[in-house]
Amino acid sequence: MSVQEVLPLNGVATRSPGQYRADHLLVADMVKPGSKVLDVGCGEGDLLQLLETRGIDGRGIELSREGVNRCVAKGLAVVQGDADTDLVNYPDDAFDYVILSQTLQATRQPRVVLENLLRIGRRAIVSFPNFGFWKMRLQLLIGGHMPRTENLPATWYDTANIHFCTIKDFVQLCDEINVKMERSVALDLYGRPVPLNLPWWVWNMFGEQAVFLLSRGGGK
Amino acid sequence: MVGVKSIPSPAISADERSHEVDHPSSQVAHFGAEQPLRLDCGVDLSPFQIAYQTYGELNADRSNAVLICHALTGDQHVANVHPVTGKPGWWETLVGPGRPIDPKHYFIICSNVIGGCMGSTGPASINPATGKVWGLDFPVITIPDMVRAQAMLIDRLGIDTLFAVVGGSMGGMQVLQWTAAYPARVYSALAIACATRHSAQNIAFHELGRQAVMADPDWHGGGYADHGIHPHRGLAVARMAAHITYLSDAALHRKFGRRMQDRELPTFSFDADFQVESYLRYQGSSFVERFDANSYLYLTRAMDYFDIAADHDGVLAKAFADIKTRFCVVSFTSDWLFPTSESRALVHALNASSARVSFAEIETDRGHDAFLLDVPEFFDISRAFLQSAGKARGLTAKDG
Repeated sequence: MSVQEVLPLNGVATRSPGQYRADHLLVADMVKPGSKVLDVGCGEGDLLQLLETRGIDGRGIELSREGVNRCVAKGLAVVQGDADTDLVNYPDDAFDYVILSQTLQATRQPRVVLENLLRIGRRAIVSFPNFGFWKMRLQLLIGGHMPRTENLPATWYDTANIHFCTIKDFVQLCDEINVKMERSVALDLYGRPVPLNLPWWVWNMFGEQAVFLLSRGGGK
Repeated sequence: MVGVKSIPSPAISADERSHEVDHPSSQVAHFGAEQPLRLDCGVDLSPFQIAYQTYGELNADRSNAVLICHALTGDQHVANVHPVTGKPGWWETLVGPGRPIDPKHYFIICSNVIGGCMGSTGPASINPATGKVWGLDFPVITIPDMVRAQAMLIDRLGIDTLFAVVGGSMGGMQVLQWTAAYPARVYSALAIACATRHSAQNIAFHELGRQAVMADPDWHGGGYADHGIHPHRGLAVARMAAHITYLSDAALHRKFGRRMQDRELPTFSFDADFQVESYLRYQGSSFVERFDANSYLYLTRAMDYFDIAADHDGVLAKAFADIKTRFCVVSFTSDWLFPTSESRALVHALNASSARVSFAEIETDRGHDAFLLDVPEFFDISRAFLQSAGKARGLTAKDG
């Protein structure tokens, strides 16, 4: 599933300084140089190319054939595959990081996918659009219709996003499956991080998207 | 009366063919008694020879060698005019000046497989023990045998690690066998329209072809050379059947439909009324001019026996454990001989081995043959894969 299909982040793209998207730069900053990374749902390989410039050994999985072929034509190590069905083929601890960028909400089984990410990778980096964002809430509360935004323009009947969640929901899932949150950043409508010193409910209200660096929690 | 025109006899005599078999117009590496080729069937083949072509120059580091592996009916003439047919090299779309595999950047090697009939030792060669053509006395060979012979050639050329091994179909099988048998000697592998094992359906088609050859009375139990003839009718039928498997329903329909050949109405005979019949007959008759019937039996058999997982306790991923080779796997949507599902199984095994792999399925209606045709997306992918590997290998492109 390409990011473009799931979530056309046009706004973010134009807002980001330089040639890379704000959320990609944020993700790349979470990855230690020299590590081995799998980008699940790598789209046309923009993030992988950014990681390559930092000396990171990146691999990708992408659902759409066009996306895969564009990646391979850029010399990237990308294979056609589906996050829901193909992650099981990878062995434990195969990667230092597994990235799921703006794709979680389009998977059939987000919980299973998340568990697989942290089986294959010692760490996972997950970003997703926050359905608790105030504009979303307002549309449902006042407008009485399923929220649509500049970044999520699809209607309820033609969207590929089948499992939307809020930051609060995601944090709850991480607790449930014993996943440790090492770092979390919420980006506002303008791609700027929401200040760290603010409480969770502010993030959940004003974060338009969130990026989490996760690791396996200790045994319960 | 029902008109029947049989497939015409080849224009080239048996003498001309046997000349390329024993004295090819290529470079030849001879391996004497001290260097036998140990075959999977248990026989030590000795002496033997490998005919090969090279293009470009080996760099000082000996790090820019690319081995091209040919398919079932291919040969070493990958990028030069064929000495028998006078046609351009069989993969000039991919290999040559300005192409993704450019002799300006790489030292390109392509050898005729063992068991072939264009200069490497095979059933059409003279058996030095008897002074007569080997025929069916030639030992049965396998894909690993072909690769073992290629490795001996690469040793002879003073090359330790190949920058890339590239091939489609049976050539792709050799690519995979190279990575399984000599992982440290293959820096990058481009495996196109192939599989890690031959499917039951593919074995069935090969058996059909072999039976067609053996049903030709001119085959003489494989001893046709003693009779100075060639079972060209049987071999042509084998080629016609095989050729259908290289195409697709859509491609045949687009190319020929139900159109008639040089006529408006059916002749109410078994003449080639339809263009598609005429085309197949041409494919059959032109093939027998350059290919030996027994060699066809041996090479199809080698493909039938191919099963990498079987050599690794039935677990494909074991064949590629901890491999450092960079892989690019390519399949074509309309290829039903080596369908995408076969490539996907390979990619899953490579993922399970944490190998670095790119995998692209290219949309085309041209069937298995697409890998030999002008498919720009395939070239872009091949070029980018090799460039990226070249960068990682530290190959300095002279320009571009």
